[in-house]
Amino acid sequence: MSRKSISRRGFLTATLAAGSTAPLVLPALARQYQGSEPWTPDVAMAPERATPAPAKFFSPEERTFIEAAVDRLIPKDEWPSATEAGVAHFLDGQLAGAFGRAESWYMQGPWEKGEDSQGFQSRLAPAPLYRAAIKAIDDHCGEKYGGRKFADLSSSDQDDVLKGLEKGDVKLKGVDAKTFFTMLLQNTIEGFFSDPVHGGNKDMVGWKMIGFPGARYDYRPYISKHNQKLDIEPVSVAGVDSFGAGTPSK
Amino acid sequence: MARKLPSVDVLIIGFGWTGAIMAEQLTAEGLQVLALERGVWRDTSTDFAVTNAQDELRYRYRGELFEEPARGTLTFRNSPTQTALPMRRLGSFLPGTNVGGSGVHWNGQTWRFLPTDFLTKTHNEQRYGPLAADMTVQDWAITYEELEPYYDQFEYLCGISGKAGNLKGVKQEGGNPFEGARSRDYPNPPMEMVYAPALFREAAAGLGFHPFPAPSANMSRPYTNPLGIGLGPCTYCGFCEKFACGNYSKATAQTTILPVLMRRDNFTLRTESEVLRILKDRSGKRATGVEYIDTEGQVWEQPADLVILASYILNNAHLMLVSKIGQPYDPATGQGVVGKNYAYQITSSVDLFFDDKYFNNFVGAGALGMIIDDFNGDNFDHAGLGFIGGGYIAQWTTNGRPIETRPVPDGTPKWGAKWKKAMRDSYLRSTSVATHGAVMSHRQNYLDLDPTYKDVYGRPLLRMTFDFTDNEHKMSKYLTDKATAIAKAMKPREFKVNGRDGHYSIVPYQTTHNTGGTIMGANPRESVTNKFLQSWDVPNLFLLGSGAFPQNAGYNPTGTVGALAYHAAKAIREQYLRAPGPLVQA
Ligand SMILES: Cc1cc2nc3c(=O)[nH]c(=O)nc-3n(C[C@H](O)[C@H](O)[C@H](O)COP(=O)(O)OP(=O)(O)OC[C@H]3O[C@@H](n4cnc5c(N)ncnc54)[C@H](O)[C@@H]3O)c2cc1C
Ligand code: SF4
Repeated sequence: MSRKSISRRGFLTATLAAGSTAPLVLPALARQYQGSEPWTPDVAMAPERATPAPAKFFSPEERTFIEAAVDRLIPKDEWPSATEAGVAHFLDGQLAGAFGRAESWYMQGPWEKGEDSQGFQSRLAPAPLYRAAIKAIDDHCGEKYGGRKFADLSSSDQDDVLKGLEKGDVKLKGVDAKTFFTMLLQNTIEGFFSDPVHGGNKDMVGWKMIGFPGARYDYRPYISKHNQKLDIEPVSVAGVDSFGAGTPSK
Repeated sequence: MARKLPSVDVLIIGFGWTGAIMAEQLTAEGLQVLALERGVWRDTSTDFAVTNAQDELRYRYRGELFEEPARGTLTFRNSPTQTALPMRRLGSFLPGTNVGGSGVHWNGQTWRFLPTDFLTKTHNEQRYGPLAADMTVQDWAITYEELEPYYDQFEYLCGISGKAGNLKGVKQEGGNPFEGARSRDYPNPPMEMVYAPALFREAAAGLGFHPFPAPSANMSRPYTNPLGIGLGPCTYCGFCEKFACGNYSKATAQTTILPVLMRRDNFTLRTESEVLRILKDRSGKRATGVEYIDTEGQVWEQPADLVILASYILNNAHLMLVSKIGQPYDPATGQGVVGKNYAYQITSSVDLFFDDKYFNNFVGAGALGMIIDDFNGDNFDHAGLGFIGGGYIAQWTTNGRPIETRPVPDGTPKWGAKWKKAMRDSYLRSTSVATHGAVMSHRQNYLDLDPTYKDVYGRPLLRMTFDFTDNEHKMSKYLTDKATAIAKAMKPREFKVNGRDGHYSIVPYQTTHNTGGTIMGANPRESVTNKFLQSWDVPNLFLLGSGAFPQNAGYNPTGTVGALAYHAAKAIREQYLRAPGPLVQA
């Protein structure tokens, strides 16, 4: 290239506008931006909202298992349990959607177990993984606890089963116990602490329990308030009038 | 069949941080510049509005800003004796897609490397004798002094908030006394500290260390950059790293370059256009353009006189390998250069738990913190320590997002009633001290093409072979011990040390500070590019990004990445355009 080529300035746009000697077809779906910053007011990309709709993914039996399991992971005390906080509802929506289908994950074979350091290697996306694991765990409980299902066990037996899954001691048919447990625990925590717009963390109880103000966006009044308990009311992206943290409620 | 489009002067592959810098520089020179970006257009008011941006599940855990492994990922193994398997979900690092790239969701911790970091091999050998046999560190082809004006340029583009520690060789109270000389102070004053970094500062100073405020791309006040673009003050929203800023307060391509660049009529951006390979002429010594695919699956040939590869280090290395430019590195013989010296970062932390102190970590920002640099680079005597390099120790208060940031004391179960109570007790009353260490290059840490796994276009995936070595483990232990000493001086009720032992794992997030693979150097036998980031093999091809680092230093990369991009741009403008061809004779 030499300085001469600079005289081509505008060449591409000119040809695109006027057509050219070479047969020129514009890339169809690819978008082209030139000469300005594209901007559309008031069309902020809102999140997809979970709906209070009836079950999308879990069968009634599966739902019974899930409620029992997540209530051992986050049991009731002076604060609500996971199910009371909407975690089962959250999981139902997640598993029925893009996450359940592992839409953004690389899911091509060949499949090998690999080392821990190589991460998730299950050929099952989350939705089929949950489905297979719930059945396999209930089968395992049936064999070990005289025909009973996980949800029918005592709390301490349930904890034993969960610990067995966590450590990988319990062997399940067709599913890796540890892989499932890791996912279930992570998703349960997500359901308890994510924005209520996704269906869990009902009434923002997860946030209230710890003192997280949620979707607030302006904490400038609090920067210099060193070592003080702030007690800021949480807000959700689902609907608020003000994202400033305002003044403390107390 | 690829359909051929009219040629352009300059074609930029990838429109993230470095692509935007180069596009601005070369359009200012009057060239016709086209950028191809695989993702979509994004701007603050539409895509990162403060009514949506602070959604932890959507962005951090469902990865709306990150690249999707489904389209193409890499395979990973710790050593050449293992079978590499695909990284099926993102974990250890979170590169971006769409306009702005990873720069949209970075923290903004904006560092300069130390003068001695550019002389890793000669400086350390001179001071400590021969290095370990398998350590393949090299000197950079550039010095700190040469790069200083370009560091300055990037810092002023971004509006970095900070405090100089060394102005033209004169030490400045309150800044980093170990840094290289700077020609002027930061464009903005340091951010105001919240409680945790203030406590860290006191404790570190009490131990005789030299705490200073972190250099930050979160604005400490309103700022107008040299392109005339305005940024607003940071509101400490705590949804910064892994999120986009809704406030125009974090320096990104969107907030510092695009409003000006997009209006220039000699610039064109084409989105949803993924480059498949770089094309060469018969001689193999000239890039003729690229082949790219649009969302309908149509393949296009886009010719260009000058090609800039700016698609993030891992994609850059992949495109070089699939385009068969340069000799691939072979760890068995040490021959070849493309894929050589892949490196990373080694991190650790100490969590602190208090009864009587409230930290409110949700009042945070991506680059808000206090640092000590006493144990970075060669700022301390390594005699007898058995390692080279170092890292910084920091109290960062970036966030209190409860899915991700939920420390509980040692011995707490991961779930159940005890966990729930510990979470409640600890959330507001805990903080942490972090270490951020260098990774030296090693003969067996490298990138090549995977023999088995393919991306959606049928191209072989990139294969990463990487593990921490003895040098990193010893160094990280040393840093972690120092961090623990500071943590104790902050007088917590108890603390928990999260050391980094054993093998590197692709699973937990660590940093998006991948480096190397297309390194710069003094000659084509040991490097892919010269000091101007120009390919030795194909002189009309320049490679931007941290792929140029011959090994990684103890700092975040982007200050240096930005400086190298400006340095390369100047060489193109002032030398290459006059006499297209190699800027350094091999
Ligand atoms: C969570 C997080 C926190 C970080 N924090 C810091 C920090 O505090 N300090 C720091 O120094 N650094 C930080 N970084 C790193 C920083 O973001 C990167 O160093 C920087 O963005 C690299 O710039 P780049 O231009 O090389 O790549 P990017 O900014 O990632 O841009 C690459 C672009 O190329 C596009 N692309 C890729 N392949 C193709 C293709 N084949 N065809 C077309 N387009 C393509 C991508 O979609 C992307 O838009 C952080 C990164 C992350 C993810
Ligand atoms: S912390 Fe500041 S810079 Fe970061 S996203 Fe929030 S407002 Fe923007």
